[in-house]
Amino acid sequence: MALDFGIFCKNTLDGGVVDHCFSSILGLAGNSDPSYLDWLISAWGWTLLVSGLGLAIAIVLGILMGALRTLPDTKVVYQWLLWFSTCWVELFRNIPIIVQVFLWYYVIPAFIPPLKAVPSFWLVSMALGFFTSARIAEQVRAGIGSIPSGQRAAATALGLTTLQTYRYVILPIALRIVIPPLTSESMNLIKNSSVAFAVSVPELTLFAMQAQEETSHGIEVYLAVTALYALSAFFVNWVMTVIEKRSRIPGVVSMSPDAKLAH
Amino acid sequence: MFKRMNLILVLVLGLIVFGSTSSIASSLTLDKIKSSGAVTMGVRESSIPMSYTTGDSRFDGYHVEICRMILGDIKDKLGMSTLRINYQPVTSQNRVPLVQNGTVDIECGTTTNNAARGKDVGFADTLYVEEVRIAVKANSNIKSIEDLNGKKVASTTGTTSVQLIRKNKKAKDIQFEEVYGKDHADSFLLLETGRADAFVMDGSILAGNIANAKNPKDFKIVGEPLSVEPIAIMLPKNDPEFKAAVDAAIAKIVKNGNMPKLWNKWFLSPIPPKGIVVGLELSPATKNAWAHLNDKPAEDYVAK
Repeated sequence: MALDFGIFCKNTLDGGVVDHCFSSILGLAGNSDPSYLDWLISAWGWTLLVSGLGLAIAIVLGILMGALRTLPDTKVVYQWLLWFSTCWVELFRNIPIIVQVFLWYYVIPAFIPPLKAVPSFWLVSMALGFFTSARIAEQVRAGIGSIPSGQRAAATALGLTTLQTYRYVILPIALRIVIPPLTSESMNLIKNSSVAFAVSVPELTLFAMQAQEETSHGIEVYLAVTALYALSAFFVNWVMTVIEKRSRIPGVVSMSPDAKLAH
Repeated sequence: MFKRMNLILVLVLGLIVFGSTSSIASSLTLDKIKSSGAVTMGVRESSIPMSYTTGDSRFDGYHVEICRMILGDIKDKLGMSTLRINYQPVTSQNRVPLVQNGTVDIECGTTTNNAARGKDVGFADTLYVEEVRIAVKANSNIKSIEDLNGKKVASTTGTTSVQLIRKNKKAKDIQFEEVYGKDHADSFLLLETGRADAFVMDGSILAGNIANAKNPKDFKIVGEPLSVEPIAIMLPKNDPEFKAAVDAAIAKIVKNGNMPKLWNKWFLSPIPPKGIVVGLELSPATKNAWAHLNDKPAEDYVAK
């Protein structure tokens, strides 16, 4: 089985070899017609854009919903927020992601016409973000649940309001605890972003399906796409590890071996 | 022509000898059919009316019926009393590998015979020539490819049409936004919901989707054919005897005058399961392919 990666230097119109195969992706020169490599890089860009937007939405909403789910049910407004966040989580985590993407793309715009003008990558990012936010919310809830109840009681004894308790006592510890599952969730989101091909976002999966048909070199195309997905996920993993190390407070969350050694 | 006669002669001789000793016949596929008493036909799930399911894992269509006739002919040639046909649904992505590795003996779907695929698989003589057309809403003022300037154009991911519209964009120097459906039904939904102004695809697929729509009168097919492609039955490569047997069966079907009847049945009459009418008139290109049977790849049609 001979692999021929030369196909990436061919242009996407008639299969001729382009003049600037590698220099064009570095921005040094431009091809008159884009090559498959140019297309691959732009597809990677779309994957990163959709995942990045989705992740931003997912983290903000996930932390918010996760925190709301742990509110004490002492006030009517808290009960209402508890109910809302529970509905949010159950709704978005119980529907398959591809169905949610189609709902946002075809069904909801049929009822709210202005949404038809919204570019499809925004709709996909929202769908991915909402889906992942439900999962992050559960992890944040678990993180908050793992904090000894004395912390909350101590905060109340100090006279902190509920908002202040969450802002200064509970969330800073809980969020450090949930970094490892959050890392997996972020990597999952990059992989889940492949559903965007179904609603016409020209990302890596769409590139793979189309380019393998045009070039008849499916193995090379899928190898390249696999490498880029893996690279993106590893990058997220690395960033999260750095954040985990930088944000560590000695003595508060001592889960890694070297943190234990410090004592 | 002389070469093909030779091949048929070799095949017939091979079959005569086959009765007494099985070591002579060198066709892997024919050997397999003979020894197992079964053949695997690759079919599509929803390529109406070429090859599709009518429910309950039953498959039918223009190419499927022709393949059954071909296999009936091969069964007689091999002197078998029965031949079991196993139907294996295939997709645009897996059809070539499945024929290459021998899972599928004969693929009766909507595969374009082109030079790139010709390196991996063989093709029988063409019985259907596809023209790539543009489908639009009936009230649209798009009449040709030039009118697509500034519009949104849908096509299906993983088809040759995507590359074709890209080429036309460049050649005609027009600008439009491409949107991609993950399958034909999805691309048609893009057109139906107004997310695309036009759907560029094989004429038979457009006609089939329009026929299946809630209100077929809302859509029309416009413009000159953007490309002409031979759609052929796909066979294993390097099995000239099997190809010769298939082509001989095709020649017989054409000679008996069955083709106009088959066209009428699948393209102009109500077809199962819902009794829709595709309504695609016989094109001169397809008629020409019947009159001059050949297995030329799509590249040879461009030069014409």
